[in-house]
Amino acid sequence: MSNSVNPADIHKTMLDQQKSEHRRRLIVNLVLLALLLIAPMLMYPVFLMKILCFALFAVAFNLMLGFTGLLSFGHAAFLASGAYTTGYLLTTFSGLSTELGIIAGTLVATLLGLGFALVAIRRQGIYFAMITLALSQLVFFFFVQSSFTGGEDGLHGVPRGQFLGLIDLSDNLNMYYFVLAVFLAGYLLVQRVVGSPYGQVLKAIKQNEPRAISLGYNVNRYKIIAFVISAGLAGLAGSMKTVVFQLASLNDAHWHMSGEVILMTLLGGTGTLLGPVVGAAFVVNLEYQLSQGPLADWVDAILGVIFVLTVLMFQSGIVGQVQKFMKKNIG
Amino acid sequence: MSMILGVPVAVLFGQLLLGLINGAFYALLSLGLAVIFGLLKIINFAHGALYMLGAMATVILFDTLGISYWAALFVAPILVGCVGIAIEYFLLRKIAGQDHIYSLLLTFGVALIIQGVLTNMYGVSGLRYSMPDVFKGGMNLGFMFLPYYRAWVIVIALLVCFGTWFMIEKTKLGAYLRAGTEDSQLMQGFGINVPLLVSLTYGFGVMLAAFAGALAAPIYSVTPVMGSHILIVVFAVVVIGGMGSISGAIITGILMGVVEGLTKTFYPPASSAVIFLVMVVVLLVRPSGLFGKEA
Repeated sequence: MSNSVNPADIHKTMLDQQKSEHRRRLIVNLVLLALLLIAPMLMYPVFLMKILCFALFAVAFNLMLGFTGLLSFGHAAFLASGAYTTGYLLTTFSGLSTELGIIAGTLVATLLGLGFALVAIRRQGIYFAMITLALSQLVFFFFVQSSFTGGEDGLHGVPRGQFLGLIDLSDNLNMYYFVLAVFLAGYLLVQRVVGSPYGQVLKAIKQNEPRAISLGYNVNRYKIIAFVISAGLAGLAGSMKTVVFQLASLNDAHWHMSGEVILMTLLGGTGTLLGPVVGAAFVVNLEYQLSQGPLADWVDAILGVIFVLTVLMFQSGIVGQVQKFMKKNIG
Repeated sequence: MSMILGVPVAVLFGQLLLGLINGAFYALLSLGLAVIFGLLKIINFAHGALYMLGAMATVILFDTLGISYWAALFVAPILVGCVGIAIEYFLLRKIAGQDHIYSLLLTFGVALIIQGVLTNMYGVSGLRYSMPDVFKGGMNLGFMFLPYYRAWVIVIALLVCFGTWFMIEKTKLGAYLRAGTEDSQLMQGFGINVPLLVSLTYGFGVMLAAFAGALAAPIYSVTPVMGSHILIVVFAVVVIGGMGSISGAIITGILMGVVEGLTKTFYPPASSAVIFLVMVVVLLVRPSGLFGKEA
């Protein structure tokens, strides 16, 4: 039996592979972090902040689609509830420090997420998408008719204020590093969730829900918790966006926004941590470039075309493709 | 004037009539969704855009070629139905068998394209379409005024719904369709051309949407965005009714239109939200929907 394989060897190679993958991910992350730190010297900070806010939104959304396998078509509701809450509080109570407004916005979105989850969890698959879409439309009507949102006009001139009463956020560079810190915190939280035993159960639910049930997992509870985290982070993204742009509008609540975050995630790569970030950067940048050129009126149609092409021949997204390529060529 | 619960009778019936009409559109649209879902197991997110395309086609055919309302009732659905078959053949078929989430996203992308292109061509302000002279005016029923066109919409929509139900439940073609819903592989084994059946089914569902669009052209404002809101409402209707049965889709559609009309009479601010609220209640009490079969 000279050519038999020792199980311990296999285990060792697997560990080695995991280690090298970890090391590679660490290097990629450090390079990206360095880039993000020096980025405002090279590009307009407000534009970068827009990308970071949408990246956080997409990362939050991906916790559902990418890691739990549930398509929410209502995430605009969380973005908007965070945005409106923060906007309303900061405009009404002028002494309120900014981080409290943001925390409040995040909490409201989290609670709303719990409400959505308790209702939508009762159906699966495409029904889940339809129910979340309908619920977010309900929220949209609520925002249209409520007086505190400013109706069609939205909230304008939201003061950026000070962080902890110390750092002046009206300075774009201060604001940028604040947004970056919040984005990284959100990103690391999702990374932590996905890597935890809890995240493994989510993946199991995504791959084979009946089996996860038969293994004794309370599948619904897992899904609800994931949805609530996702909604809270989406709300956080909305709150940040309000502070950055000093406005909150109905655009954030429109179903169009829910579609946009799906596109960002899908295009960047569902089920990868970095995918939604890349997708958000791509879509925000594309929309900006298009709005400057002769194709300004065609943004929607072009987004539609990208949607169709991604679904037809690019389902693993940009980051997914890169990962495949790396696996094939680097091992 | 006589009153019911503090509301004049004429107002109440007027809103009920409007509700019935909206309900007729909900019924036609959710019926189309249910037919498509039955065989393809997908939710057609482009349904609202195709409904809009039916309405736009009716107006454009009249403006450019002078095609009358009556002809448009046939021509518009056939044209849009062909668009539907093209969508199925060139796009949906390529990802058949994959997770249904992808087909949903694909149709969503298609909806964005259709809506985006038409918005560029015609703007969002809306096209004008005048109804045929036959339908001008109405009759006084004593307790309310009934415009002819609105009566016509209700009657013809119900006829089309009933015809569809009859075809699916009582004819040989419908039997194929129902068999395909149960087990399309087995049916393929019996020598039935399932891919063709799938194309035709999708095309037919789309035709129903376009027919609703053509009916809507004279009474609703015809704009490239007219389909997106009604689609979300119809999704809620579908969740309420459950996708299980054809007749369920029709009944729920009309019922929800009436509920909306009644809400508009007694508590107007909630009228645009009431269907979604009903959906929430139904999901909490009976998750599979009023007519749904699966849990």
